[in-house]
Amino acid sequence: MTNLIVSPLALTFAIVLVLIALAINLHEKIGLEKDMVIGVVRAVVQLTVVGYVLTYIIKVDRLWLTGLMVAIILFNAALNANKRAAGIPHAFAISLLAIGTATILTLVLLVATRAVRFTPSQIVPVSGMIASNTMVAIGLAYRSMNTQFHDQRQGVLERLALGADLRQASRHIVRESIRTGMAPTIDSAKTVGIVSLPGMMSGLIFAGVDPTKAIMYQIMVTFMLLAATSIGSVIACYLAYPRFYNEDEQLR
Amino acid sequence: MTVMFELSHVGFAPGGRPILKDINLTVPAGAYWTITGPSGSGKSTLLRLLATLLTPTSGTITYAGQPQAAIAKPDYRRQVSYCFQQPSLFGETVRDNLAFPFAIRNEAFDQARALAALDAVALDASQLTAKVTALSGGEKQRVALIRNLLFKPKVLLLDEVTTGLDADTKALVHHLVEAQVAAGLTVLSVTHDETEIAAAQTLVTIRGGEVQHD
Repeated sequence: MTNLIVSPLALTFAIVLVLIALAINLHEKIGLEKDMVIGVVRAVVQLTVVGYVLTYIIKVDRLWLTGLMVAIILFNAALNANKRAAGIPHAFAISLLAIGTATILTLVLLVATRAVRFTPSQIVPVSGMIASNTMVAIGLAYRSMNTQFHDQRQGVLERLALGADLRQASRHIVRESIRTGMAPTIDSAKTVGIVSLPGMMSGLIFAGVDPTKAIMYQIMVTFMLLAATSIGSVIACYLAYPRFYNEDEQLR
Repeated sequence: MTVMFELSHVGFAPGGRPILKDINLTVPAGAYWTITGPSGSGKSTLLRLLATLLTPTSGTITYAGQPQAAIAKPDYRRQVSYCFQQPSLFGETVRDNLAFPFAIRNEAFDQARALAALDAVALDASQLTAKVTALSGGEKQRVALIRNLLFKPKVLLLDEVTTGLDADTKALVHHLVEAQVAAGLTVLSVTHDETEIAAAQTLVTIRGGEVQHD
């Protein structure tokens, strides 16, 4: 596995790549330089810390510690999805429930079918993959929902005035939001292998695993992400749409 | 006299900004009221309160002897039907719009009924499959009105529905509304239109959020 060693010196040189991005950003006055620097610093700090944490968790191999790590991942994913909700009440709780259910349900299925073994070295990364994809899907769905309830306010009011209940008045918006949330996962499922070689598969191939085996794993990951993002988006959207109404079934 | 609406000291002041103040009204069943007043006087707000699209911040409204809150909102709104000034049609075709009232009642779409309703506002059968984007303002308003009337409501609340319509379409709408009144519907119509005001059976003026008794 000697081909896998990235020396600290090599990483330092890789900073040149960040500088290129920064230079473009400054030259074009995009205004993201602060976010970019924060992003780079956070990535380095978070990944270094999590590297040591993962090493420890895998070494001690305790159920409660693995569970705690998964819980932290879910919590952070919900916190991040909540930011995209831009004011939808109880969005954190909704996100936690949606991401938690999607992740745990998918994990249980994977473990039950022995696709994944219940060891920290498999459970933790797989949870991270599911939770982060679900987080992105839910974030997009929230955004779409906010935009639609804003742009189609009149249409929703008319449906209510005709005597639709909240579900009937919102159905078209909920559908579109779920669709928006799932679109990246479906698109990437369509283009996997011909456009992108996903991180997990690439990682396995890097590490010297037979590409056909790496691909089997990737197929499983693709299926698992499709399931998780649909479960997560459906739960989040159905729990979020009533928050756009008050107790008198009027639009807020 | 059967009373349809009883408004007692109704006020609407969202965020402390008063739009309607101390409204006291008794609307008998079968009444045809024309409500007028300057822009921003609170006419539309009054209709929306009656439609439960807004809730009074003070006072009470009863409908057919019951407090508004005692009736489930969808049931209430199916009986007290509110029509918007500039309606937006749903979906792609006229049919999508006329199918909606059936869908929310879990009923199969009754094409014969929809065609009869279209005919009542001088729209022919071919219009059922017309794209909503291809309709004129007057055609949209007519489709929106029959969408409200497909399942006979008890009350029709019209919020300046003839604003911006040509004379022929206005006449069609007036004819349709008068037919509803004749059939026993209670109609409250907010308008700025001089001819509608002149022809009013009962005229109510709202000024500065208050009912003006002339």
